[in-house]
Amino acid sequence: MRHGRYPLIVSFLLPPLVLYGIFVLSPYLQAFQISTTDWLGYSAQADPVGLANFRTLLHDGYVWNALKNNAILLALVPVLTIALGLFFATMLTMGGRKGRAGVSGVRGTSVYRLVYFFPQVLSVVIIALLWKEIYHPNSGLLNGALRALGLPAPTWLGDPRFAFWCVLAVMVWSNVGFYVVLFGAAMQAIPRDIYEAVLLDGASRAVMLRKITIPLLWDTVQVAWIYLAIAALDGFILVQLMTNGGPNFSSDVIGNRMYDTAFGSETKFGYASAIGVVMFFLTLSVAVLALRAARRDRIEHS
Amino acid sequence: MNRRDILRRSAAAGLLATPAAGLLAGCATSGGDDKSDAGTYKGTKSEQNPLGVKDDAPLEVVIFNGGFGEEYAKSHEAMYKEKYPKAEIKHSATQEINKTLQPRFVDGTPPDVVNNSGAGQIDPNGLVSQNALADLGELLAAPSLDIPGKTVKDTLLPGAVDVGSYDGKFLVMNYTYTVYGIWHSTKLFTERNWQYAKTWDEHIALCKQIKAAGIAPWTYAGIHPRYMSWPLISTAIKLGGPSVALAIDNLEPNAWKSDAMKTAADAWYQIVKDKYILEGSPGLDHKQSQTAWCQGKAAFISCGSWLESEQKDVTPAGFNMTVAPTPSLGSGDKLPFEAIRGTAGEPFIVPAKAKNVAGGLEYFRTMLSKKGAQDFTKKVASLTVVAGTTEGVELPFGLTSVVKALEASGSNGFNWVYNNYYRKLERNLVDAACGEFFSGRSTPAEFLDQCQKGADSIAQDSSIKKYKRAA
Repeated sequence: MRHGRYPLIVSFLLPPLVLYGIFVLSPYLQAFQISTTDWLGYSAQADPVGLANFRTLLHDGYVWNALKNNAILLALVPVLTIALGLFFATMLTMGGRKGRAGVSGVRGTSVYRLVYFFPQVLSVVIIALLWKEIYHPNSGLLNGALRALGLPAPTWLGDPRFAFWCVLAVMVWSNVGFYVVLFGAAMQAIPRDIYEAVLLDGASRAVMLRKITIPLLWDTVQVAWIYLAIAALDGFILVQLMTNGGPNFSSDVIGNRMYDTAFGSETKFGYASAIGVVMFFLTLSVAVLALRAARRDRIEHS
Repeated sequence: MNRRDILRRSAAAGLLATPAAGLLAGCATSGGDDKSDAGTYKGTKSEQNPLGVKDDAPLEVVIFNGGFGEEYAKSHEAMYKEKYPKAEIKHSATQEINKTLQPRFVDGTPPDVVNNSGAGQIDPNGLVSQNALADLGELLAAPSLDIPGKTVKDTLLPGAVDVGSYDGKFLVMNYTYTVYGIWHSTKLFTERNWQYAKTWDEHIALCKQIKAAGIAPWTYAGIHPRYMSWPLISTAIKLGGPSVALAIDNLEPNAWKSDAMKTAADAWYQIVKDKYILEGSPGLDHKQSQTAWCQGKAAFISCGSWLESEQKDVTPAGFNMTVAPTPSLGSGDKLPFEAIRGTAGEPFIVPAKAKNVAGGLEYFRTMLSKKGAQDFTKKVASLTVVAGTTEGVELPFGLTSVVKALEASGSNGFNWVYNNYYRKLERNLVDAACGEFFSGRSTPAEFLDQCQKGADSIAQDSSIKKYKRAA
């Protein structure tokens, strides 16, 4: 049957590959080329300037400030999201107390799963607007609750001490649900008899999680890690809509810097492309590092 | 292949697809050489056709679909078509002018008329410095369409031409006339028996009274704090005269730290220090703060004359918003209390590479006719730059107060344009400084320092084209 395969493969793979080449790869290559010009975006005139844009970038305090924020996101968002995701998924799949073999979820698992997944259904724009109202300093849900408890009510998005952390919290919130479902699905694939065996050996739940569940989930966690790291290097939509990088650039991220340089406050497309190229390499290195660091011996169960 | 492999591979594909580096190139592919003007339309000039429109040449109009909608443009287009029935008009409207048109500018095939406005506006400096705009000088010299005996220029309000001029060339036709001032509700003030204060000391005393009544005297858009730079700079200009603005526009060294600016910043610091600003304002965006003001939680807000139509949906009946000039600092002020900042806004352009440049200019002449301007004012309740076209048009309360303020201000009106020349300076740098200042995190001296540092960074950036204006 081998002779029938190639036409099939070609007809299924070639069109998407061509589209990918035209709409993803070629703009990338062009971004590299544009980043070495002084192109201002509204005429065809663009003179090559070599690496001048990258030199400017090196001394651009606003870019470094944005990168610093991305670094914090990178350090915290994946860890928080995966930890919360694992915790909730564990509770949903094996938190229940039914029977000695304790591997059923808490009551109402399917409802919880739906609720957790809910933010994933909303567009990021809606999430941003929703939280902007929750953080509303006077009529927002959050400050209403704080006031009811007699606590001080800060101006969340208007205070450089809080704005960035508010966006970070939303980023984690909007991601957790997806990973709860993902981890939950992976956990269900783990054979029950393994749990029964360790339970008979007298393992506690914590030991079960550490020694059985996480090792068997490792591939999935690794994928989650890479996705979240990439998301942490972006963060653009939430920042743009919730704070626009402010106040006083305290919540700026590199994606916002790039957008602002090209479309926002000036029209330096060459320079913006240089920022884009830097982003590309950062994302690539982060992904490679994450893959390397997360590599472990695979545990097979059959 | 098992599920995990699929996940892992899709992650690898996601790796390439996720970061946005390709975005810029994706929506704006560079390429295409400068096209010659072989394909442009030219007609013969005559008394009836002073701009030389080719009567059957198609005209393409792109409108920003924002607060004004697009209906007004359709009726301007109908007026154009009345005169040139053979011309085919292509109309489109978008909220994202920049993203829609940027590739067409690069490609050398832009539309003939663009309403370059909104948050997705194309940076005017970017267009001007790349010679992408047609010179509108010819339009100014042409006779008005329906105001006999006057050229188009003669029919415009003072300052309408300056705003769109770069190094003396008129490149951007700003169609609306916007007044910037301090707004309050006449209803609230009558009920409480308050009087709008004409001097700063009285203003502070009034703020005290308002606060005692349980209402916050001020609120502002903390997410876009540059709104508060407008009254502050206005106060300085009224104290020191228009040269204060001139120095700022021309990026003169220490323009932001002039004595007038210092005195004005010190004065405004009073409302910060005495906590005359609605608590939480630094965390509000413009809509949220304007809504708080409409709900009567604050007495004053700084905004332009678009405020009334922007707040149409949430303004309570009988609220009766009124614009007023900034209070005078004292008897030493160079300009009287009535002087108010008025400027032309809502920019329209004809791209230099448009096929039908003459048609674009003629379309502007239609907009600037008495009929065109009155139609606009009626449809969207905003003033145009054409003088005296509000006669016989019924205006809403707020806009009536704008007309009155303008009349009172007369020839004392003032304006600045640094925000047009160097958008980054206002939108990013002064904006950030205002945020720190009006939330009480920086002192007047630190505020002016931060603004000056921003201006200096623009002045030193050789990649930004600089403009000078004369008084």
